[in-house]
Amino acid sequence: MLALPGTFWLIALFLVPFYAVMAVAFSGSIDIFGEPVPAWNPLDWHFGTFNDVVSESLSGAYREVWIRTAVFSVFALAICVVIGYPVAYYTARLAGKRRGLVLALILAPWWINYITRMLAWVNLLQDDGYVNQFLGIFGVAPVAWLAGNSYTVVIALAYGYLPYFIIPLFASLDRIDSQLLEASRDLGVGSFRTFLHVTLPLSKMGLITALVITALPMAGDYYTNTIVSGSPNTNMIGNQIELFLLQGPLKNFGASLVLLLSLLLMFFMAYYLILTQRASRDAR
Amino acid sequence: MTATGVARRAEAEPAPVRKRVPPWRNPWRRPYVLGTITWLYILWSLVPVLIAVQFSFNGGRSRSTWQGFSTQWYCCAEGSVGEDPSLLLALENSLILGAVTVVVATPLGVMLALGLTRWRSRTSKVSNGIALVPLVTPELVLGSALYLVMVNLYQFVPLGRPAMLLGHVTFSISYVLVIVRARLLSIGGDYEEAARDLGASPLQAIRTILVPLLMPSIFASAMIVFATSLDDFVVSQFLFGDAANITVPIKLYSAVRASPTPALNALATLLLVGSILALILAAVGLRVRRRGTRSALDDLAEWG
Repeated sequence: MLALPGTFWLIALFLVPFYAVMAVAFSGSIDIFGEPVPAWNPLDWHFGTFNDVVSESLSGAYREVWIRTAVFSVFALAICVVIGYPVAYYTARLAGKRRGLVLALILAPWWINYITRMLAWVNLLQDDGYVNQFLGIFGVAPVAWLAGNSYTVVIALAYGYLPYFIIPLFASLDRIDSQLLEASRDLGVGSFRTFLHVTLPLSKMGLITALVITALPMAGDYYTNTIVSGSPNTNMIGNQIELFLLQGPLKNFGASLVLLLSLLLMFFMAYYLILTQRASRDAR
Repeated sequence: MTATGVARRAEAEPAPVRKRVPPWRNPWRRPYVLGTITWLYILWSLVPVLIAVQFSFNGGRSRSTWQGFSTQWYCCAEGSVGEDPSLLLALENSLILGAVTVVVATPLGVMLALGLTRWRSRTSKVSNGIALVPLVTPELVLGSALYLVMVNLYQFVPLGRPAMLLGHVTFSISYVLVIVRARLLSIGGDYEEAARDLGASPLQAIRTILVPLLMPSIFASAMIVFATSLDDFVVSQFLFGDAANITVPIKLYSAVRASPTPALNALATLLLVGSILALILAAVGLRVRRRGTRSALDDLAEWG
């Protein structure tokens, strides 16, 4: 009975809002301000807007934005794996007596505001900022990093989400029994093959968790893009949604895109929840 | 802690001299390459922020050229945090919102944790699922869903501080639940049963036995909720309504390209100090309950 208030809260402010997204997305009429009238009764649902949004996403105006979102996310996740795995591995297994310090420094970005971290890069990437000054030493002409540069957006996404990627991976690498590695070594297997045949398979779940945890917010990111680029040439699907919902009357289009994005991500979310449930059951 | 076993051996036993083994085949050599990558990553992740903090103390108006040390952007040059009403307002709004979120979300989350752990049934599984979903929902989805429901259904909740509060509490409850429940499971049911055997009512047992035992984790989760609320950008941006309710992250976001003075860096630095203070308090709270070998940092890492 103690759980009731919290449960009610989550129903009223999590499930009902989600229903509201559907009601707006499937709205069949607009009011005098041009805003969609939400269809609360499922019998009143009209799927016209949603169908338009789906077909535009498959072959029309939004197609490019979806593809860009996917490409940016995949590249940023690849950077996360390439940098994040060695860092997590070193921290979990090899940092020795500096382990506490390394862990604290790796956790630190979690508690620095995301916008502040992006702001820091905007300072550095100004046309006369430290990055261009540094490149100037090698005779590189100043680069306009902040004028709709796709590379800047991908690197900024990787920079922003790497801390969230490293920690779950660290936790799973940390749990591997070091006796297994020693056994492998005692059997004459080299470091590299030990990694390939023992560590990597054992950390597979952690790697998947880290990827899902990073990919979910990245797919809905719009602020990174606005801060380091601001150009429509690098728009991701989050930018499109924010534009429709907060800056215009086409809320039913925005809601339809939210619904579509949620459906796509639902697969990952469900997978992750089942994984954690299973893990906590095993731990008990 | 098993994980450091390998590393400890590397320090305790310097690799014996083996003539024909090249260094890359020696499993006990120092991990120079991985160590270098890790430290470079740490530098990459933190130095830009430190430089931004440094520029909050800049003597001039530039955010890219160092012009000498000064605290004028905190107070009291024109446009500094102390003098610009919009910056002060953002700071005040953030702190109030964070504090009220803690006050509302912590009891709800603790009760939910107590209820879900001690009450096993089909319904509890369902509400457990509902409670965890906000943790994995992209903020954009949560923010836009809350925005649409406030505008269309809960019209009695005005956009602004009330709507932001409801939004922040919604994602905070799940944090409290996860942290407190971890502690609850490690306490186990024995103390509570002992209290019941000695004649305490269920509520008395919770109030006099469980809540004191849970206090460090309740405190830690309250601090984490505060830090998370201070840092939240997406949910706030969908729900803040107008400029009177602006919070620090929204202010930073909207000003980052428009009016670049070091006052913005000063504001960001103050926000950083706020989160770090909350976090240090949380770590202290966890240290109180720390027994055995696990450190508070490990716990924080686990919750990630």
